[in-house]
Amino acid sequence: MSRPWILWLAALAPLCAQNIVIQNATIMTVTKGTLQGSVAIKDGKIAEIGEKVMMPFHATVIDAGGQYVIPGIIDCHSHIAVDGNINEATVAVSSMVDIKDVINPEDIAIYRALAGGVTTANILHGSANPIGGRTIVLKMRWGKDAEGLIFEGAVPGIKFALGENPKRPGNPPLLRGFTPAFPARYPATRMGVEDTIREAFNQAKAYKAEWDEYAAKVARGESPIPPRRDLKLEALKEVLEGRRYVHAHCYEADEILMLLRVADDYGFKVRTLQHVLEGYKVAPQIAASGAGASTFSDWWAYKFEAYDAIAYNAALMHKAGIVVSLNSDDAELMRHLNTEAAKAMKYGGLSEDEALAMVTINPAKQLGIDNRVGSIEPGKDGDLVIYDKNPLSDYAKVQKVFIDGRLYFDRDSDIAGRPAKALEKQKLIDKEKQSQPKPAAGRRPVE
Amino acid sequence: MKLAGLLIGCALAAAAAANNSVLIRGADVYPVSSAPLRSVSILVLDGKIAEIGPKVVAPKGVRMVDGRGLRVYPGMIDSATELGLSEIPSVRETVDTGDLGEFMPQLRALASVNPASEHFPVARIAGVTGAIVVPATLETGGRPGAAARQYLSGQAALIRTFGWSWEDMAVVAPAAICVRFPTLGPAGGRGGPVPDFIAGMMGQAGAETYTQMMRTYQQELAKLTDFFDQARRYQKAKAANLPGLARDLKYEAMLPVLDGKIPLAVEAAMPRAIHDAIQFADKQNVKIVVMRPREFGGAAAELKARNIPVILGPVLALPRGQDEPYDEAFTLPAEAYKAGIQFAFASFDNQFVRNLPYQAATAVAFGLPQDEALKAITINPAQIWGAGEQLGSVEKDKSADLVLTTGDLLEIQTQVKHVFIRGQEIELTSKQTRLYDKYLNRP
Repeated sequence: MSRPWILWLAALAPLCAQNIVIQNATIMTVTKGTLQGSVAIKDGKIAEIGEKVMMPFHATVIDAGGQYVIPGIIDCHSHIAVDGNINEATVAVSSMVDIKDVINPEDIAIYRALAGGVTTANILHGSANPIGGRTIVLKMRWGKDAEGLIFEGAVPGIKFALGENPKRPGNPPLLRGFTPAFPARYPATRMGVEDTIREAFNQAKAYKAEWDEYAAKVARGESPIPPRRDLKLEALKEVLEGRRYVHAHCYEADEILMLLRVADDYGFKVRTLQHVLEGYKVAPQIAASGAGASTFSDWWAYKFEAYDAIAYNAALMHKAGIVVSLNSDDAELMRHLNTEAAKAMKYGGLSEDEALAMVTINPAKQLGIDNRVGSIEPGKDGDLVIYDKNPLSDYAKVQKVFIDGRLYFDRDSDIAGRPAKALEKQKLIDKEKQSQPKPAAGRRPVE
Repeated sequence: MKLAGLLIGCALAAAAAANNSVLIRGADVYPVSSAPLRSVSILVLDGKIAEIGPKVVAPKGVRMVDGRGLRVYPGMIDSATELGLSEIPSVRETVDTGDLGEFMPQLRALASVNPASEHFPVARIAGVTGAIVVPATLETGGRPGAAARQYLSGQAALIRTFGWSWEDMAVVAPAAICVRFPTLGPAGGRGGPVPDFIAGMMGQAGAETYTQMMRTYQQELAKLTDFFDQARRYQKAKAANLPGLARDLKYEAMLPVLDGKIPLAVEAAMPRAIHDAIQFADKQNVKIVVMRPREFGGAAAELKARNIPVILGPVLALPRGQDEPYDEAFTLPAEAYKAGIQFAFASFDNQFVRNLPYQAATAVAFGLPQDEALKAITINPAQIWGAGEQLGSVEKDKSADLVLTTGDLLEIQTQVKHVFIRGQEIELTSKQTRLYDKYLNRP
């Protein structure tokens, strides 16, 4: 008899949990300064920030005395939560493929990212193609299905890639000195990369013109035959219409400038330059184009095009007026983007707010989701991280992470749950051992 | 007497004139070997620390550095790098680690160190003044062509990160012989052998079975043992002045290990591999240092009991498998500390050598006492690699390899203000600062 009642309560619990008040914390809003006080979340959205706040109905109160609250970290370049290979490297233009189709909500990297304070990530296709696959923005809602991870309403993107990586399929290593390990795929040089992008947009413009003409005829009341839908060009048409963001992997100054000029010629915008390690060399041109820059804090010299990479890149681009973010491109680095931000203070002397912005509000702007996330302001999503110390210190660690006002990571519960998990694992191992079939009779056992 | 005094005076004046004498005044000194000293001065003469105290009088002509508001730490030591040996890992021509051959103890990392590598200034202006350079390719993934089954890759050396030649930079060489110990299955502990019955179901196609892996492992272990036995015979023959003994460069290179003068630096990640390596070292009666462990398990007690030091790999690393706690690698140093194991940190990489103190800080966030973290990048590596008398702490008579900072050495925001290597002040510039200045001041 009491069972439905319990179920009803259980169903209600997460709703209630979306009303939260975090008290006595140092709140780093990123956009509105830092203050001592409380932040209230109501129905999953930030309701109020101040020394004292109104207590929402049925709110869970968290005492964060001596602790720090920041907006959820946003990683503008990640490849986690994806099934299998992220490179459709067989073609130079792979704009028909979509990361959305291969989201893996069970990737443990999602939980680990959460444990590092990341609440939102831009999940990209690989960099084997001048024009790669479509990208998607996810929230790290660990436990939800693939659809439940998708950041509702975020503008989808597409990955472009310049430099060494898209050249690689054009330069197969030679086996025994003369046989290529695989058939070469155009392009093999940076010149070819430019040509590939121009050619693709040449086609996309013609394709768009066909569809525009068709739409015009329909508008005039005619009954024309629609053009053939081309899934590859469709994504580029969306780029031309500003409905899909270009996230371009790039390293050297030459190729960065090349892409900006190609974009000018074909009338599209580059939303973000990714990695952009030599961005500091063409910072004025990047700033003028309006493109954002999403870079590493201090990676360098791992390949030739990264030899002129400097840890001051983020600060130099920021000073030139570019919206700069710091990304991970790596499931490990993703777990401490807060200290990557601190490096922008060390190298280039940025302020705490400027540094923190590079992993919160700036990537939110770059992904067009700054109306929803990236700072602690009333009306924004209840995506918050509690640290035990100032998050710009490498002694700080994440205590709690909320997304949409729901608790998705709690260090205390994680630790408390470990013995039970270990026990469960041992049970599974024991079960597996018992179920092992004995060698079939008459067959000689393997020695 | 007068003459002696005059001579001493002359010697002091000469030392003062050289650029490796300095008086650092009014700094907070973190000697590592003892408690911090507030507002004291350090006199460096001829590259060595001559005096530390509240009132230090410098000989005439010795340059002074205002240390007020700054902290003085010993220079940091990174216990596994390819500095000077690998410039750009993906460009084969710039890489001199990971040669061919199974048993190559005669290869010297030191003599291939390029003192003009762009990596050295980046490391030393971050306060890393010493490094172990290894002959093996360290970076994960590795370079194609590097010997897949290499047992001994050569001689590691402890060097300073500043010098005009590799000879000049050498502190301890050889410091160790690097060994890749055979493991049952993959070295990282991931995957592991496929049980025989499953391989049977798959028709034995593809994966190696447990039996096959065990056979390979035993063969490899036998091969390694055989090499050491041969080397031991050579050592005895040489000691006995056996007539007609031909000089063998490989066995010759093994002598310092067999004589117990230097350790084997053994890569062993998992408890079983660590246990096996310890057993092997016991049997061969040689010293070992365990490199890059990922899990101690039961091997912790063995390491502690035999006083075997370990070199911990990057703290900022992913857990080995899906089931492991997210902070597995973050808590490993604290675990080593609690087990009473002596340890030092290493980058196992070139590009992140400058982040060595931040790796240590993460270990502090996850349970390692802060002074232990500091020791693990200063005095511990100095002792482990046989330079405990010269490096690793701010003490009288030690080499003046010092770092002056605006604050806690382990904090990212802390700025390095002065670096001294053997008493000589290092210009705080690198390829990166030069490019920064150039583009910051562009018209």
